[in-house]
Amino acid sequence: MNSRLPDPARRRAGRRTWRQALRRDWQLYSLAVLPLLFFLVFRYLPMLGNVIAFRRFQPGGSVFGERWVGLRYVRMFLTDPTFWDVFTNTLVLGALTLLFCFPLPIVLALLLNELRSRRLKRFVQSVSYLPHFLSIVIVAAMVMQLVSMDGTVNQFVRAVGGEAVPFLQQAGWFRTIYVSSEVWQTVGWGTILYLAALTAVDEDLYEAARIDGANRWRQTWHVTLPGIRPTMVTLLILNIGTFMAVGFEKILLLYNPLTYPTADVISTYLFRVGIVSSNFSYAAAIGLFESVIGLTLVLSANAISRRAVGTSLW
Amino acid sequence: MTIDTSAPAPATGRRHGAHTSRGYRVFRVVNAIILTGVVLVTLYPFVNIVARSLSDNAYIVSGQVNLIPRGFNLAAYRAVMSDPMFWTSYRNTVVYTVVATAASIVLTTCYAYVLSKRQLKGRTALVGIAVFTMFFTGGLIPNYILVTSLGLKNTVWAIALPNAINVFNLLVMKAFFESLPVELEEAAAVDGLNTYGILLRIVLPLSKAVVATMVLFYAVSFWNSWFAAFLYMDRLDLFPVTVYLRNLIAGATDATSTGGGLGSASDVVQSAATIQSVTIVLTVLPILAVYPFIQRYFVSGVMLGAVKG
Repeated sequence: MNSRLPDPARRRAGRRTWRQALRRDWQLYSLAVLPLLFFLVFRYLPMLGNVIAFRRFQPGGSVFGERWVGLRYVRMFLTDPTFWDVFTNTLVLGALTLLFCFPLPIVLALLLNELRSRRLKRFVQSVSYLPHFLSIVIVAAMVMQLVSMDGTVNQFVRAVGGEAVPFLQQAGWFRTIYVSSEVWQTVGWGTILYLAALTAVDEDLYEAARIDGANRWRQTWHVTLPGIRPTMVTLLILNIGTFMAVGFEKILLLYNPLTYPTADVISTYLFRVGIVSSNFSYAAAIGLFESVIGLTLVLSANAISRRAVGTSLW
Repeated sequence: MTIDTSAPAPATGRRHGAHTSRGYRVFRVVNAIILTGVVLVTLYPFVNIVARSLSDNAYIVSGQVNLIPRGFNLAAYRAVMSDPMFWTSYRNTVVYTVVATAASIVLTTCYAYVLSKRQLKGRTALVGIAVFTMFFTGGLIPNYILVTSLGLKNTVWAIALPNAINVFNLLVMKAFFESLPVELEEAAAVDGLNTYGILLRIVLPLSKAVVATMVLFYAVSFWNSWFAAFLYMDRLDLFPVTVYLRNLIAGATDATSTGGGLGSASDVVQSAATIQSVTIVLTVLPILAVYPFIQRYFVSGVMLGAVKG
């Protein structure tokens, strides 16, 4: 990145006082006022608002709660068996999602990369991105139609001689349904970054590998994959960061009391406790826990990747 | 550097030598089959839903409808399209999308422009304020309490404001603005334009592609959103079409689904499969219609963000 001002001027700019800066750039700062207000009010204020996790909240009273009750709510959810059930579910669903939705776009990108016809490649890509643009309500509705008693899946089951299964009413099937629909919706879109990274891999490396006698598979293993490793790592870190918020909206749309044992996750439990039952402080405590874990995960993943692989987000 | 993967000439292009090996040819066939499968699996649900929407209810319930409509009739379409609530919902979706997108674009563009000025004092802090929110959020409850106590419930602002700036989009625009040559702005300044003038008359006209992409990003996201409306709208006539659809399918799950407990407006209705299918089709149609045209903007937007952001 080239500096925009000659050196002496830059040094001067760095030592400019706030007063001078404001006088010189007040118009720029003015443009930032409304956005900053947005961040303050709708992003940072709620972070502070989590303090109600430690206070007793009365609806209609102060936004920050009435009385300080300390760790009462934290202790409440730590000893709540339902909480640990949903915590487990969150981990399981998150891990399953990561297990399937992380590698598959890479595989698909590699396969697409082997297509010789550019038009065909573009066609498959365009089709594969389509599910990403659908509202989650549409996806959930489609899933419901497909696994309903008269839907395609049960038609197939009956065709091979089995009994129709009410999939959405059985806790045992929820994970499969959830992960499959997640794969359907995200794999195509996930290939974008990988395909871009693939075209950036230095052609000379392939040439060198070929001269050394490497066939296609070895070339892929030794040249391609290491070449896209920074992209993989970055996306992995980002995915781990969103781990805890695993599919909140989709689960909310697809679950029901019968599937709570496997489907209920921290965010949906929090929703029921907080919004439906209006138990705000308790829910806020859980939410804070969720956010802290998420942040910890991202920071750890980042640190680990920096240590182990050399690339990290910051 | 771009690699022309369609060039057949062996003198250029990469990874030859193994091209004519039998193993590789087998792989090519398998690859083609797999990718065809990907296309079919991706498209199947759409075909299925359309077929179901055009079929007679009796055929659907007896599990005979799959790829082709059976007992072709448009009764369900007529039923849904004659429901005034459906059209109200659609209108709501359009209004919410337009308002929210407009607000988002203005805020994002202004902030991105400010962030792109490298010599601005405090810039790092301003960037940090935005980026930090990508990794830590307040959570559902404080946000709910905030929006409610601000009196935004049952207004379009409950949908538009809490998600006004998407930091990813912000960073993409910032990167783009940073790539514009300084000389242009300096020349404009010399000509007497102030910051606002430079932004409006010089920078924005040059940024049409990026702004268009961001408009699309935001528009699609707001068009598809349902949860904010679900959470903050109590009245039937304020629902966007996504919530309308959601109420239809909520009726089809277990009758004690939690959605039924939120507010008086969500009615738990037992819907025929056709009604649901039709609603799905009508809701998806606009997206499908514009998709071929806008798809590449999204792709280029994502790549822009990844490469520079």
